[in-house]
Formats: sequence, structure tokens, C-alpha cells
Amino acid sequence: MPFDAVAQQPKLLYLLQGVAAFAAVVSLILLALHRGPVRRRAAALILLAPALLLLAVGLVLPGLRTLALSFTDGGTGAWTGLDNYAWAFTDHRALTALRNTLAWVVLVPLTSTAAGLLYAAAVARSRFRALALSLLLTPMAISFVGAGVVWKFVYAYRPAGAGQIGLLNRLVVAFGGEPRQWLVDTPWNVLFLIVATVWAQVGFAAVLLTAAIRAVPPELTEAALLDGASPGQILRRITLPSIRPTLLVVLLAQAIGTLKAFDVVTTMTGGQFDTGVLAQEMYDQAFRYGETGRGAALAVLLFLLVTPFVAHQVRARRRAG
Amino acid sequence: MRSGARLALAVITLVVTATACGTPQDGGSRPHTTADCAPYARYGEHPGTEVTVYAENRDREADLFEETWADFAHCTGIDVQYEGDGEFEARIQVRVDGGNAPDVAFFPQPGLLERFARAGRLKPASAGVAALAQQGWSADWNSYATVDGTLYGTPLVANVKSLVWYSPKFFRARGLSVPRTWTELMAVTEKVAASGVKPWCAGIESAQATGWPVTDWIEDVLLRQQGTRVYDQWVAHEIPFDDPRVIKAMDTVGSILKNDRYANGGFGPARSMASISFQEAARRSSPATARCTARPRSTPTCGRRAPGSDRTRTSTPSSCRETTRPAIPYWAAGSSRRRSPTVPRSGRSRSTWPPRTSRTRG
Repeated sequence: MPFDAVAQQPKLLYLLQGVAAFAAVVSLILLALHRGPVRRRAAALILLAPALLLLAVGLVLPGLRTLALSFTDGGTGAWTGLDNYAWAFTDHRALTALRNTLAWVVLVPLTSTAAGLLYAAAVARSRFRALALSLLLTPMAISFVGAGVVWKFVYAYRPAGAGQIGLLNRLVVAFGGEPRQWLVDTPWNVLFLIVATVWAQVGFAAVLLTAAIRAVPPELTEAALLDGASPGQILRRITLPSIRPTLLVVLLAQAIGTLKAFDVVTTMTGGQFDTGVLAQEMYDQAFRYGETGRGAALAVLLFLLVTPFVAHQVRARRRAG
Repeated sequence: MRSGARLALAVITLVVTATACGTPQDGGSRPHTTADCAPYARYGEHPGTEVTVYAENRDREADLFEETWADFAHCTGIDVQYEGDGEFEARIQVRVDGGNAPDVAFFPQPGLLERFARAGRLKPASAGVAALAQQGWSADWNSYATVDGTLYGTPLVANVKSLVWYSPKFFRARGLSVPRTWTELMAVTEKVAASGVKPWCAGIESAQATGWPVTDWIEDVLLRQQGTRVYDQWVAHEIPFDDPRVIKAMDTVGSILKNDRYANGGFGPARSMASISFQEAARRSSPATARCTARPRSTPTCGRRAPGSDRTRTSTPSSCRETTRPAIPYWAAGSSRRRSPTVPRSGRSRSTWPPRTSRTRG
């Protein structure tokens, strides 16, 4: 649909009003600060006010409401206490989602960081670094939904005898095997989803780690080389300890992202065949099945699981800063 | 159940402006936009008014919908904004909760409609719509959109499900006769299977709704085994979802669909149906590849066919023919096939399966 400026005029007007209001608020604050003899603490408060307001409206209030919802029944809205949480730890589907999420959080960050690290170590000092990194970064430029669709094709199944349209089954058949339904056979289908996610994320790890490796003082590696260290020893004894902070950041960032994994699962299996993860199950419960209470309980669980990672991340950053 | 009831019928709800819906109109193949506006005069003229319609149906079905109200829109000046969304069932709640509800929604699941009605999210049909609905539809049909005695919409479109297709050529070549009863059906199935050909083929892949065709099978078999009373109790949740009688129906379905000797003909092991879309299973019977001798057929592929069009089944390979006439005539609002004398016995039973020949078409 072409963009029709005339038809969109009311929206543009709203936008304009919004921008104007924002500018007015900012100028008012600045003006207030500029004029009166405001003390430091008050000044900080005034400057923080808009951000705090937005956070309250966009994050804190919905969060509290979700928390409240998680103690109610989705259909009637009646108070049900901890029923939804009991459900989350007893229902087969919810337990499957929890188990899968655990597998994801363990496997995705470790695998993609390990793969990224090896790649980074290999290309960090290479002449083709830029090219090599852009190659690995390309999957990151694709959205997770796109990656999910691509990998769905890779895993596509045709019956034996028919032409295989999936890369993996094509290879299997070429080597004389029987085509398999990669996304249907449990529990391996979870692993195949994880592979797709790692593929999409490994570029992130590689780029950050390459930068970190390049920041390792060359004197250290040279000294080690002079002392007769092997490349493996240099990686283990010099590089790894030097890039430890970055390594941690990469691992944690990926763990946080993985906990919230949704797109890949939704596009590839929709959580069917026991591949559900927390975020996807939460969506299904809340929006497809109308079980807002259960969905909210899963959301709260998800939040609780992410919190330690985020807390650690923040603390690490504070230490570094 | 969730998906089982889907597509069984769609219902208009949230009627806010006109009373355009109600009695299905006569006069099937009337060309649109050239109509005289006399029949629409009673709705008045509302130039500049916009009505949003949100539904699951896309592509051909959506085009046909738009045709049905083209005259209405032309004559009343109402701009009908149609939006088809394959994720309707998930997004309608988000849209309603987010204060972005459409004026009219086509619900593909009576159960989903009931949820919204109970949550107080639907507007009752106006007195005019209710009167037309009573005049144009039987109580059974109107019951789909009636919650606690309040009518929220009218039936909009129905699709025939539960057909079993077979290859006459294959049957002739093997001297098989078309089964008339369940016992005969299973006898033919066993006979074909014994000769080394998998008799049944099915595809149940449907993205996030994968598996729904099986729910149709289960409903069909439940109706056949237990009749409409148990079925209605099941729908109303008066008996548990996993009532032994339901489990029995599921097992019966499983005895065909999960049986590697019987399924999945032309595709591979029975499990392969999880990766085969239902459309694909329907297509896959060109004479070259037809190892598929019998196959249940359900809605969406039928739905692609023009409602009210003649009975040539263009999307069906000539090598396949339905074993018998559908229990419910295929019709849609705005089609010439207006009301059928044979409404299903129960509100929710759509047909029996395998079909019986004693049924007549309206």
C-alpha cells in the first residue's frame, strides 16, 4: 500500500502534537532548572521525572498488573491464589516449556559463544577479518522470524521417494538414509530449533569477541610466543583470561535473550510437538487460549528467571565503569 | 475441540451500524455494483461512514466476502474495510483488549464467540437483526451465536466437512464396492491394506493449528458412535473432555490414522501426516502419484470453491470423487442456495462420517 500523506494526515498531526508536547516539557524543565535556585537533588529529580513517568506507565504498572493477574482465573477474573503457579509446575505443557527453556538457556549461550570464540580467535588477526565477520553477521541482520522460516525450509520433510525440498533431508537421502521429520520427532526437535537460534546469534558473539581479542596487548602474546607457547596455550592462558569480562557479557546477554526466545519457536513449530518455551507458552495461554491468569503466571516466572542475569549484568557493568 | 469447531461456521458479531446481515439474500450470481439500490433503501445512506470487518478468511474466500457486500456498500455509501488475518483467533483478543476492536468480526469458533460474549465484549444483535435472523435461520443455526439467550450475530458461511474421497478407477480396478457402513469401510480398508497399498491418506499440518483435521475426525466418529446428545454434552462441557466415550472415538480414529498399515498412503509412515498440509494431501492424487485411495476431506479446500457456484469440483482431481453426497448442502450467505430443508439434526453436528447415502441434499 503506498503511503498516502493526505489520508495519514490525522496521524501525522498527532505525531506533530506529540513532538511539540515533548519539546515543551523538556523546555519547561530546562527553564525551571535554569531559573530558580534549585538544589542538586531536586534538579536530578526533575530531570529524571519524564523518564520515571514513562517507566512507571510502560513498565512498572503493567508489571504490577501482570503480577495481580497471575493470581486470578483467566476466564472469570476470580482470585485463585497460587493455582496458576501450581499449574505451571504440574501441567505437562508448562513443564515441557520449562524443561525446554532450561535446555535453551544452557545450550544456546554456551554453543554460540564457543563457536563465536573459535571463529573470533581464527579471524581476529586475519587479513580477511572484515569479510569473515560480515559473513557471520549476516544472519543477525535477518530477524529471528526470518531465520525461523529459513530453517523451517532446511528441516522440511517430504516423504521418501518424493523430491526433498529440505536441505537436511536432501543430504540424508543423498547418503542413502530415510528422510526424517526433524521438527516433529521429540526430543531432538528442540535441539534443531536451538541450532537455528545459534546460527542466528553466533555473529553477535563473534564480533564482540573479535574486538576483545584485538584489544589484548600484542606484547603479551609475543612474550608467550617467545617463551615457546603453542597457539592452544596462548588461547587458554593469555587470550581467554584477558577477554573474560567480554566473554561474560556475551554469555549473559545471550542467556537473557534466550530466556525470552519466542520468534524462532513460534515460526518453526508454534510450540507443538513438545517444543514450547516459556515466552511462547505464555503467549499461547494468554492470547490464544484466553487463560490470562496462567499466561501472567508464566510471565512472572520468566521475569524472575531473567532478573538474576540482568542484576549480574548491571553489577558487572558498574564494576567495569 | 478448539480447532474442531473452527470453520464449522462463521458468525457475524459486534454489529454496530447497519442491519445488513440477517436473512441471506436470494439471487446468487447477481453481478455486483450494477444492482439497483431499492433493496438497500431501508438501510439509508451513510456516505463517509466506515465499517471495519475483521476475519480469518483470506484470498479467495475474502474476495467472495467482499463481493457479497459490494452492492450494500455501493448503495449505502458505507466503506466496508475488510481485514483477513490467519491469526485471527489469537489476535482478536489482543485487538479487543487494546481498544482496537473491529466493528464486525467473523468468528470461526462458536466457543471463542462465547468467551467474548461472557466477558461482555460483544454487543447484542439489534432487534432488527434478531428478527431477520429468526426469519432466515432455524433455531439450531442461531444457537451458534446465542449465549445465555442473547443473540450476538448470525451465521455467515458454512463449509462441508467430513467427506471421504476415493478413486473410482482404483476401486473399479480392484473390484471394490463403495462402502455404505462403517463395517464395510473397515473391510475395504483392510482388504486394500492386505494387498500392500496403504488405503488412507491425510495431511494435518496447518502451521500453528496443526492437527485440527484430526479433531474433525474425532467429532465425526463421536457423532457416529454416540449420537448428537453426547456430542452436545461434550461441547457444553457437561461431560469431561476425556470422557471414556470420547477416548473411544479418539481410539477409533487412531486405529486408522495411527496405523502404519493404513496410513499415510502416498506419503509414508502414519506419522508423516504431521508434516503434510491438509491442502497438499488433497492435491496429491494426480493419477501418476495416486496411491491415495480414500481420504477425508475437509473445509478449507472446499471453501476455496466459490460458494454458490455449481458443483464441479475444480480443485478436485477427476480421479477422486466423493463417496456420497454431503450431509449438509454447501451454501453461503448471498448464494442462491439459500436455506436447506436439511439442517443438521443437532446444532453442532455437521454431518456424519463416513457419509450415509440416506441423506438428501436440500
